[in-house]
Amino acid sequence: MTATQTNAVFKDHAADNRVKTKWWASRVAIYAALITWAIICLFPIFWTITTSFKLAPDVMKGNMIPWWDFTPRWKGWESIGISPRLIGEVSTVREEFLKRFWNSTVIAVSASLLAVILGSLAAYGLSRFNYRFGFMRNSDISFFFLSQMILPPVVLALPFLVLYKSLALLDSRIGLILLYTLMVLPIVIWIMRDQFQGIPVELEEAALVDGLGIWGSFFQIVLPIALPGMVAAFILSLVLCWNEYFFAALLTATNATTLPVMVASQTGSQGINWWSMAALSSAAILPLVIVAIFLEKYIIKGMAAGAVK
Amino acid sequence: MSTDGDLLHTVTADDISDSRRRLGKAMVWGAAGLCAVLAIWQMMYETGRVTSGFETWRPILYAYVLWAFALCAAQVIVNGEKGKRTLFVLPAALFVISLVVFPLLFALYISFTDWNLASPNGPQPNGWDNMVQMWNDGFYWNALKNMVYYVLAVSVEYVIAFGLALLLNAQIRARKFFRVVFLLPLMLSPVAVSWMIGKSMLEVRFGPISRLIREMGFEPSFFGNPEIARFMIMAMDAWTFIPFLMIMLLAGLQALPSEVIEASKVDGASGWQSFKEVIFPLMLPVSVTAIVIRIIFKLKLADIIINVTSGGPGGATDSVTSFIFREYRDRSNVGYGTLLAMVYLVLIVIFVTLLLKLVSRWMERPA
Repeated sequence: MTATQTNAVFKDHAADNRVKTKWWASRVAIYAALITWAIICLFPIFWTITTSFKLAPDVMKGNMIPWWDFTPRWKGWESIGISPRLIGEVSTVREEFLKRFWNSTVIAVSASLLAVILGSLAAYGLSRFNYRFGFMRNSDISFFFLSQMILPPVVLALPFLVLYKSLALLDSRIGLILLYTLMVLPIVIWIMRDQFQGIPVELEEAALVDGLGIWGSFFQIVLPIALPGMVAAFILSLVLCWNEYFFAALLTATNATTLPVMVASQTGSQGINWWSMAALSSAAILPLVIVAIFLEKYIIKGMAAGAVK
Repeated sequence: MSTDGDLLHTVTADDISDSRRRLGKAMVWGAAGLCAVLAIWQMMYETGRVTSGFETWRPILYAYVLWAFALCAAQVIVNGEKGKRTLFVLPAALFVISLVVFPLLFALYISFTDWNLASPNGPQPNGWDNMVQMWNDGFYWNALKNMVYYVLAVSVEYVIAFGLALLLNAQIRARKFFRVVFLLPLMLSPVAVSWMIGKSMLEVRFGPISRLIREMGFEPSFFGNPEIARFMIMAMDAWTFIPFLMIMLLAGLQALPSEVIEASKVDGASGWQSFKEVIFPLMLPVSVTAIVIRIIFKLKLADIIINVTSGGPGGATDSVTSFIFREYRDRSNVGYGTLLAMVYLVLIVIFVTLLLKLVSRWMERPA
């Protein structure tokens, strides 16, 4: 270190060169590691999307790069009725696919909305007021909500199966929406409590002095400030609900099946029919890949909320 | 976490008349009564004591929802301003209680019956028979043992995730690009992942990874050997969930006070020393939170196993959840499956409580 400091003017000293090579070595190592992991992350997605444009010989020969060693074809996408040729025609497979897609969308969006509404209210209450329900104080109530995260889905699955059967909620969207809301509620409460604790109470005090009620100040003052946090919680719930498979597989049969169930049911029957499976998988993951690319900021914000207190 | 006294203190002079109070109480009890009457009526109809009734229990559900709304409304009617405060937490609490506590009690009942959906008699209580069957069920214990391996794999995931978080926190170009790319696996549904990786990339004949391994002169077999199969499941699960750990750790790294790290540099610490002596200890709270949450998620692991191996070969990759899933799917054994799930729940609660106790004693800070 001393050598570099005394000879700082001349950059060609032996000690400087050593520092320089060391710096370059660390640069190269860092970027090599980053690129390696980026390939690990991207390759399966690349593989799935390109396979959806392959024909059987391309799959068997192991061709990988489009336009270079194989010509992309729409065959895989035709099997779910989405291709330039079929887009104008009536297609039962496409209707089937769109129905599942629509189910997934409706269920994921409504469950996330419901969870964000219920969860934000509860989180706000818990971060501002002092409750006493029987022996339960604020920290107990918070713990009660958060402890639901521990509950494994398999414990609830069979009772819900029987309950839903007698309530005629089996194979219905409402049934899944209720369960998914329950599943993401603790996460939403966790994120939102953190958000509300970061908002100074003086804001609401000022609003109360100016004549708003507690609900008025919540809706008009606090909610706009907490909106980014709510968006983060919403997107995180959306991801979890969209990807959920276990409950959907047990509790739906024909009407309310979601995309993951459709993907899973095809894997068994289709054998080596890779292109259609690849097209279906790509279609199932694409919405969330797009969400990840454009709303990455919110996802990271949501997940970071609990980590740093 | 909690505060003594209201943070947002409101002084209100509510003047609630007796009739208003009575109205609120009447609403709650009226709705509750309606719900109870309907439930008893339906129960009698199902057991054949009354001839007319509803086809399903749906109307009782509506009555229950009506009661829940009445209870919420009555809070404001009876308690005024205080009720408005309660109204923030009450809907969520009612929702969770009715969707968790009732089914759990019901599950407790089912788990001591011999209910098989295929049998015509419906549930018959059979005492401790399920318990005895569980005790002798080698596959269940095997699945529990596998869960131990799966949970231990979290430590490797943590190391990789910490490394990636450090990389992303370094002075690099295109940081946003790498962050998005590293986040992507978390977005994919486990079912899609199990096809994309488990069923196609690891396919023995044409999968790219099998091809690569054959090029290197080995014969690929991913799901034939128990140890390798388990490792592949762990790897796939790690692939989807490492971004989760990574982002939490990255958030922790970015919140570190930069003065401390600079001070350690000034004092002449090498990169490794400053990591070991400064960054890692400062990151402990975040690490513990991230690991605990990851373990909780890990305990629910099932989707990939169900779709890739269905527990094979010979139960080597079974997690408890996937085992119970098959118990229900293939054998319709609701009673026994529920008992297994309840036992698993008890084990998880004990395990997580111990973990949290241990962590908070060690850290002197509630996780």
